[in-house]
Amino acid sequence: MKQPSPQAGTPRADLGVGLFVVLLGLLTVYAAWAIPDSPLYAQVGAKAVPYLVGGALVVLGAGLSAVALRGGWSRDIEEAMEAPPTNWRAIGLLGAGLLVQIALIDWLGFVIAATIQYVLVCAAFGSRRPLRDLAIGIIVTLGAFIGFSRLLGVNIGAGVLEGIL
Amino acid sequence: MDAISGLAMGFGSALTPINLGWALLGCFLGTAIGVLPGIGPALTIALLLPVTFQVEATGAFILFCGVFYGAMYGGSTTSILLNTPGESGSIITALEGAKMARNGRAGPALVTAAVGSFIAGTVGTLGISFVGPLVVEVALKLGPAEYFSLMLLCFVTVSAVLGGSALRGLTSLGFGLMLGLVGIDLQTGQPRLTFGIPELLDGVNVVLVAVALFAVGETMHLAWRHAEGVQEVRPVGRLWMSASDWKRSIGPWLRGSFLGFPFGVLPAGGTEMPTMLSYYAERKLVKPEHRAEFGTTGAIEGVAGPEAANNAAAAGVLVPMLTLGLPTSATAAIMLSAFQSYGIQPGPMLFTQQPVLVWTLIASLYIANVMLVVLNLPLVGLWARILKIPTPQLYAGILVFATIGTYGISNSVTDLVLLYGIGIIAMFMRRFDFPTAPVVIGMILGPMAEQALRQALTISQGDWTTFVTRPISLSILLLALLALAGPRLWGAWRARRAG
Repeated sequence: MKQPSPQAGTPRADLGVGLFVVLLGLLTVYAAWAIPDSPLYAQVGAKAVPYLVGGALVVLGAGLSAVALRGGWSRDIEEAMEAPPTNWRAIGLLGAGLLVQIALIDWLGFVIAATIQYVLVCAAFGSRRPLRDLAIGIIVTLGAFIGFSRLLGVNIGAGVLEGIL
Repeated sequence: MDAISGLAMGFGSALTPINLGWALLGCFLGTAIGVLPGIGPALTIALLLPVTFQVEATGAFILFCGVFYGAMYGGSTTSILLNTPGESGSIITALEGAKMARNGRAGPALVTAAVGSFIAGTVGTLGISFVGPLVVEVALKLGPAEYFSLMLLCFVTVSAVLGGSALRGLTSLGFGLMLGLVGIDLQTGQPRLTFGIPELLDGVNVVLVAVALFAVGETMHLAWRHAEGVQEVRPVGRLWMSASDWKRSIGPWLRGSFLGFPFGVLPAGGTEMPTMLSYYAERKLVKPEHRAEFGTTGAIEGVAGPEAANNAAAAGVLVPMLTLGLPTSATAAIMLSAFQSYGIQPGPMLFTQQPVLVWTLIASLYIANVMLVVLNLPLVGLWARILKIPTPQLYAGILVFATIGTYGISNSVTDLVLLYGIGIIAMFMRRFDFPTAPVVIGMILGPMAEQALRQALTISQGDWTTFVTRPISLSILLLALLALAGPRLWGAWRARRAG
């Protein structure tokens, strides 16, 4: 057997996963309950399957929690046990990139928002040359925009740069 | 229509210059993207789905078939040169292939993988041509009750039999089923699980979920545990197999192909089991003088067999997808949603209603297979260069494409919030070892199963015993039960005997 795990909180993390699944199941059951009764007659109405899926998730979540209380399953995942510690800087910069995208895409358009996201994500993965990333980012996002909007004919919305093109 | 005349018609339509062009483009794109570490055919096809708005169905599916086979080729290159398998089917290839590359034998490993994929692809595609019509004949006799039981069997096998834990697999499936429920109920017109958000009335888009699971979640998981450092790409060396390499590869290629295909055809789907079995078989069957190479310097048999098994199984997955409309892999699920966006429902009727489409698709699989073996070995230097894209730029680029692919669906920021939200869940799924394929399969197959359930119960006038009184349905359900409980009972029995 392995040495006691370096991450002592692991069974608790597993328990968190189990409880999250229970919550997801309860949310589904609640949403199923909230579906109004249909005036149409049906052998199986619109509610039956949502109840079934929600109930199954609650049972599965309870099962996962039970496994977690008996020590959890994470200790058997080699990759998780040998992983380096959480890289808060990387996660933070990546998260910032995603938030920038959500905040700016409707306002400034895809190309600008995605270019900023590109630079932030590069920085998250350890790039130290933001200006070079900016240049590559503009090329990549413009390429993606032209590819999708011109070749695939997908509407990517209007933005500051998109209007000029 | 029998296979021979079907194929004749299919080749007639697939060999036009424009369709050959689609196949070539698909093979090229598929390989290029398949080479990128961590990205597989499912994500590539998901991002290319908008093609369906512009191109008629035949052209689009030829493109997708090229991408499908091409991404498999690309994946083996990554496994060998970088030791980073892109999907579960190439884990075994990485095992021996990366060891061969470390010992300066990357060239023979790449050649045996490519030729093995070609042989397996040929066996698999021949299998589709001849097994497909037989399955269709049986499938035409199935009613909604049998279909529902078959879907349950599918659910059980894709989530509980494969992978590490039935509990986690079924949870992934449940999550997918839940996502599939969101939107307006087709029979009663009532909104379900929309939580009052108007954007959710149309349901959660499968492209969004696939991109969140395979691109955003993967990127986040990498960032979470990111440590600075550069991964080493092994040099390709000389692409040459010696006479002894050929002799040692032929047996594994054929055994792998014939082992892999049936696994793909069964609703068990999945490529893990056949590749594992092929690996163990080859290790047993290898000549004693080469046995020491396994796990040390890398044995060519351990690349040739599993790689063939992987490709044959992936081809086999197309049989239940085309003939029954049952997707048993994430890629097949995405392809199914491409069919749906043309208003085509795969299933037994497809072969009679759209014979030209089906047979052109099958013919283009043969063509893609030939193109890939001709193209890929000369181009392997180019593919190896793609592997040298530095991590920051690679993942930043992947996120850009993930975002544009999702935003393009309906230009809605709600979709982006969902994309990143499901991406966060996918990151935790990756960390806690939950399989992702059952999410996509559950999401596509769930609504179909619900419809079959309601139809069956309407026919039986609400009598739930219809599923166990009809003999075919009952046998399928028993099979599902066996698949769920069998491995556990077997394990318990072995533990008792050992103890």
